[in-house]
Amino acid sequence: MYSQALNTSPSVADTSEAATRFQKRIDAEVRIEPNDAMPEAYRRTLIRQISQHAHSEIVGMLPEGNWITRAPSLRRKAALLAKVQDEGGHGLYLYAAAETLGVSREELVDQLLTGRAKYSSIFNYPTLSWADIGTIGWLVDGAAIMNQIPLCRCSYGPYARAMIRICKEESFHQRQGFEIMLTLCRGTVEQKAMAQDALNRWWWPCLMMFGPPDTQSQHSDSSMRWKIKRFTNDSLRQKFVDATVPQGLHLGLTFPDASLRFDEPSGHWEFGEIDWDEFRRVLAGDGPCNRERLSVRRKAHDDGAWVREAAHAWAAKQTVSREAA
Amino acid sequence: MMADQPTTLWEVFIRARNGVSHRHAGSVHASDAEMALQAARDVYTRRGEGLSIWVVPSAAIVASDPSDKDSLFEPTGSKIYRHPTFYEVPDEVGNM
Repeated sequence: MYSQALNTSPSVADTSEAATRFQKRIDAEVRIEPNDAMPEAYRRTLIRQISQHAHSEIVGMLPEGNWITRAPSLRRKAALLAKVQDEGGHGLYLYAAAETLGVSREELVDQLLTGRAKYSSIFNYPTLSWADIGTIGWLVDGAAIMNQIPLCRCSYGPYARAMIRICKEESFHQRQGFEIMLTLCRGTVEQKAMAQDALNRWWWPCLMMFGPPDTQSQHSDSSMRWKIKRFTNDSLRQKFVDATVPQGLHLGLTFPDASLRFDEPSGHWEFGEIDWDEFRRVLAGDGPCNRERLSVRRKAHDDGAWVREAAHAWAAKQTVSREAA
Repeated sequence: MMADQPTTLWEVFIRARNGVSHRHAGSVHASDAEMALQAARDVYTRRGEGLSIWVVPSAAIVASDPSDKDSLFEPTGSKIYRHPTFYEVPDEVGNM
């Protein structure tokens, strides 16, 4: 899973000597580690990006978690459970990476629960049928992988290391999703219609996952310069479309885009206009499930409060009895 | 809403198999050592990554200061006579 290019940073040109020295290290592909000197803006950008990414993993558990009890077979249930558990784990790797920059876990969780932090817009869409679980694995995780592979070479060491682990674990997510789609597409007419309906609903939101077009994304300059980000939104989106369309055609599905056509000279699939108003609306909190997702997260957090309190009390009691002994 | 009471941070080290040393895998939050081990097992060994786990309170680690990097590590840069390739052995003597 992934948080798209919500990850914006101010394009201030810092011309101080320290900033120049820092940029030289970046240009020489030297990784930056937690205690190294770094510009404040670099630190802030990373805290924001990594924590949004972590929040996306955590909220990303919800649309799929919904379907664990309704998975059509034990095999599918075991796979989905493992996938959702991975996403929880990925959230934790990323929170830990963000914490190396001097922000606390409790603060980050608080930012998510109070709605001050953003997470990927894709998780604000509902999962209406089992085919949505296949589509999420195939498309959402497919888009995530496309985005995340370059992040394995991100200039910040702890983030890059977390991404390597995540990418390794995530390829099963995409394959299990595609397998669900394949099974549905080879099934009854109704099952295939279910797969088509899911693709129709998820295709455009998946293209939005890569963030606004390069012409509108004035913020990516510093991220590119700092080698946090290595490809532009549009180039990653194009890579995703090129990789995914042949897979969909193999399934015998139709993409909900009348303008979709293969351009022989460039070797790329051309696609239609994305509805950026919808993207902005969902990001601003007005998607189909924004309120529900946050209220479910808050409830889970509140319901777990007694467990955290008990764990703290137990740890304190152990310390006291150890000191007395 | 108030943020929760902070929970201790632990560094996790995992031995992938016998014959290799424990390596740093990441970190977890837990209020005591037993829960830290349990969390490390859940977070870092979901695919048979390890046979043994160490957890250490992060606050217990003493680290060198990055700004001392030059004075600590630079001096060895010039001591090339500590490496075998510094010494000349004629080809006909063979491997040594």
